[in-house]
Amino acid sequence: MSALLEVENLTVALPTRAGYRNAVDDLSLTVGLGEVVGIAGESGSGKTMTALSLFGLLPNGARVTGSARLDGTDLLALRGRRLRDVRGRQVAMVSQDPSASLHPILTIGTQLTEHMRHHLGVSKSEAATRAAALLDTVRIPDPEQALGAYPGQFSGGMRQRIAIAVALAAEPRLLVADEPTTALDVTVQAGILRLLDRLCRERDLSVIVITHDLGVMSALARRVYVMYAGRLAEAGDTSRLLTRPRHPYTRGLLDALPHPEAGQAALVPIGGTPPSLGAVPGGCPFHPRCAYAEASCQETRPAAVQASGETGPHLLACPPDPLRELS
Amino acid sequence: MTQLPLPPDLPLPSATPSLAGEALRRRRWLRVPAAWRQPLAAVGLAVVGAWVVIAVFAPLIGPSNPLAQSYGILAAPSSAHWFGTDELGRDVLSRVLSGARITLPLSVLLVVLAMLIGAVIGALAGFFGGWVDNVLMRLADLFFAFPGIILAMAVAAALGPQLRNAVIAVVAVSWPSYARLVRSLVLAARNAPYVTASRMLGASGWRVMLTEIRPNISGPVLVLGALDIGNAVLLLSGLSFLGLGAQPPTAEWGAMVAEGTLNFNDWWVGTFPGLAILTVVLAFNFIGDALRDVLDPRTARAVRLS
Repeated sequence: MSALLEVENLTVALPTRAGYRNAVDDLSLTVGLGEVVGIAGESGSGKTMTALSLFGLLPNGARVTGSARLDGTDLLALRGRRLRDVRGRQVAMVSQDPSASLHPILTIGTQLTEHMRHHLGVSKSEAATRAAALLDTVRIPDPEQALGAYPGQFSGGMRQRIAIAVALAAEPRLLVADEPTTALDVTVQAGILRLLDRLCRERDLSVIVITHDLGVMSALARRVYVMYAGRLAEAGDTSRLLTRPRHPYTRGLLDALPHPEAGQAALVPIGGTPPSLGAVPGGCPFHPRCAYAEASCQETRPAAVQASGETGPHLLACPPDPLRELS
Repeated sequence: MTQLPLPPDLPLPSATPSLAGEALRRRRWLRVPAAWRQPLAAVGLAVVGAWVVIAVFAPLIGPSNPLAQSYGILAAPSSAHWFGTDELGRDVLSRVLSGARITLPLSVLLVVLAMLIGAVIGALAGFFGGWVDNVLMRLADLFFAFPGIILAMAVAAALGPQLRNAVIAVVAVSWPSYARLVRSLVLAARNAPYVTASRMLGASGWRVMLTEIRPNISGPVLVLGALDIGNAVLLLSGLSFLGLGAQPPTAEWGAMVAEGTLNFNDWWVGTFPGLAILTVVLAFNFIGDALRDVLDPRTARAVRLS
């Protein structure tokens, strides 16, 4: 599978009171054509900043280094008009709150067709036809009527479907779904996941799913990148990574998940809280919360390298590798 | 961790939005909104409508030329001169009617001008933020630091007593409130997720401003403008009253009231133009209130509760 997106050594520094701090630190990832890739991690681990950097929409004053090449074009180097031509047309985003990402007083039709007409240069009637077809694809009943309706007339799940339709309207090649199901209840959630899954199979769409919900992850993503404090902790095949995690943090995330077979067994939270941007500990950023921490963990910042004993590609940023024996 | 089972991909049960939308549209076009059916709103519309008709047809309705003088000076209201005559023997009724031709269009014009200038400045300040915001808003604060009528007087006096300069003066004192309002609305809308979403779809700054942010601000700005027309009428007549606006022999309500104060015993000279100002200002304020109920229900509710 050839790579559509190649992010290399992405570092995003945000201004804080104490000077610049890295919200994303030396992150590399690839997304293949038609592949679904997940980024997991707690709040504040840099998932959303990674996504925003692809759109050039980081907060004011942010400094970005590294590269993010989409088909050879470095997204981070684009400016002005060329950047706007990529947004929506090449990469699009579905955000976590379906009600907030649609303009409350513009009709669905307007919001679906506006950028479609701009990016694809289609006529008004052509755009309306496409928009109706798109709404049908995301299973909105009575698409023709829906074009004239306002977001407030739909339920949360339908709005999220519409938001996905809006993101797909200009036929982007990469869709970034930032917590696409957090605001939805479980049945609707499953429907959205199914929809994303179908869309990327039918349209050869590459998807980056950003979530802290490993259940969502296992349903969608083929490969998962686990981030902690802006750094890559572990990356690999979803099934492998979720059944035999090698990084203590991944293990912690899994232990914190409710499990249908576990019965009444208590969930195991990860002790402590994720570090704030200004106070990322030295050495391995996870060491204060890690049950397996050794003295060396406080010294050197581990880089993600191919984990020993794995047959497929599997990156791990944990030199002591305490979970190797278990796997 | 096992694979999460997914249900078949069927449309989820949900209410059809189309019916509600249809009903909403029909009601919007076929019926007068409830706010306009309030008695005060209807009165406001009727009075302003009547004044507009008068302004358009003043030469036809008026019994005589508003500038024509006669020997019967300061004649009390009679069947010949319903509103009496002034110190130069001019028919007050004709002058009041033709005064509408000055006050109405100029007030609307200056509110529109103030709205445009204020909206552009406020939008720039809110959208760009930083030093642009600081410079523009401190400029607005500078205008707010003076009482409106005093500043308008100073500007009008500096430019020379003339109707055109009075309009410029009133515009100069009224744009800052629009700038402040628009800036705060733009600030609120700028960071809305749907604005970010539209940027992510490739919208440029201008497009974001015009298609995403503008609908959020046009309602409150129109409401402020409608409420402000009354103010504009008052300011403009006020300047003319002080001799800084319309010059003799122009029939302008403020100037006519000023004449009335010189002839205090002949009450009709100042009373009728004063009543004209009163009815117009009151009517525009009623309309502004109704407009607010229609366009800005949130503020309207807050006002009603307070």
